[in-house]
Amino acid sequence: MKKEEVPQDSDNLHEGTFKQIMYAVDNSGNYVQVQSAGWEPENIAMDQAWEEVNERIKTARARVEAGEISPVAYYMEKNLMDLALLASYVGKFQWQVKRHMKPGVFKKLSPKMVQRYADAFKVSVTELLQIK
Amino acid sequence: MSNSIFQHKQTAHCESGVISNLLGHQGLQISEPMAFGIGAGIFFGHLPFVKVNGVPGTTYRIWPGAIFQRVCKRLGVKMESEKFSTPEKGMLALDKVVAAGIPVGLQSSVYYLPYFPPSYRFHFNAHNLVVYGKQEDQYLVSDPVMDTVTTIDPESLAQARFAKGFPAPKGKMYYPVYVPSKVSLEKPIQEGIAQACHFMLKVPLPMFGVKGIRFLAKRVANYATNPGDRKATLYLGNIIRMQEEIGTGGAGFRFLYAAFLQEASVVLKNDQLSKLAGELTQTGDLWRNFAFAAGRVCKSRSASDVSYKELSEMLMTCAASEEAFFRKLAQVKF
Repeated sequence: MKKEEVPQDSDNLHEGTFKQIMYAVDNSGNYVQVQSAGWEPENIAMDQAWEEVNERIKTARARVEAGEISPVAYYMEKNLMDLALLASYVGKFQWQVKRHMKPGVFKKLSPKMVQRYADAFKVSVTELLQIK
Repeated sequence: MSNSIFQHKQTAHCESGVISNLLGHQGLQISEPMAFGIGAGIFFGHLPFVKVNGVPGTTYRIWPGAIFQRVCKRLGVKMESEKFSTPEKGMLALDKVVAAGIPVGLQSSVYYLPYFPPSYRFHFNAHNLVVYGKQEDQYLVSDPVMDTVTTIDPESLAQARFAKGFPAPKGKMYYPVYVPSKVSLEKPIQEGIAQACHFMLKVPLPMFGVKGIRFLAKRVANYATNPGDRKATLYLGNIIRMQEEIGTGGAGFRFLYAAFLQEASVVLKNDQLSKLAGELTQTGDLWRNFAFAAGRVCKSRSASDVSYKELSEMLMTCAASEEAFFRKLAQVKF
């Protein structure tokens, strides 16, 4: 890649300010550092990853409202976590966390356990119990 | 140990950048490409069974921490490195070292770093940054992928240092305790090159090195049926991000490694290396073409069988080009 070819495809994901370093060759063939505002394929991939995340959050939210799953499942998606990561944050096995995603089981959780979920998601217990 | 003000230099990759900045502070000037090359950072791996959010992992570099260990060993730098059982202990230890005026490298999660744009904040736990001071309860941060220095509040820093998941940073902090004032780069460069060639050509598993690129190519060819269109675009998107998102310097570290070879050819007075740097630049351009084509497929959200076959062939071309390159590099006589 030539120095002049370093893409500057900025989009709002980079918030206009964030520039990363690329290595490219100058006219005499020497490698130099060049700042790049972003590149289209990377922006597409990032957009797509976020769209997927937002889609999952939306689905989880609808299912919580329909009473199919507990808020634990919604907040897990909202915090970009997967089952394994959430389990390690609350110090439980994955199958236990999975159980806690059933509304019936979630209702019977001890206040201590509920607090642990709230801490993992960095929200208050009230926010955890009533998703906005 | 010098007490001069910490010089922040923006780099492409966090790990080699932190090494370069930390050692530079102690008077040992090692560029980012040089650190990356001596640490044999270039690699390839595709792990369909290690999934993050349902997407298989792809890497263009060696595992986190390896570059660091190798550079220290090869240059004779002694590092003090510690992990902690609780955030309280970890923050206390950090305060102590920072109060003594020593810049400290920290492993952290990206998710909890408020100075990153939100869109970049995923649960990625192998990020590296330097804390070089504390002012009015804010830590002074030199994050090598950032343009300038920044600050962070203690709570966010503790969360970032003690994030859960894999690899768990466990508050890991490190700083040099002995840095030789003069080093000879010849032998470290040669060892780094030999190791990189070994990892790219000789690992006896299909997922790694040049074989790994072909392994991925074969899977991409079947993406239309397995995993099917919708997921396939997510899989492709992840490959693009691993290759081009912050930290690789372009083309999945290939340009960074080419820059290293160029620097190495000057140190070792070896023209062959600079010629090979040119070849790797061309390979890097092939990778960029692949990312561009893959981005197009992602954007259209579906692809014909033909376009996956085309992407697969592009990857095969990358593999052939890398194999030829590393075979030549392994033959270079010093």
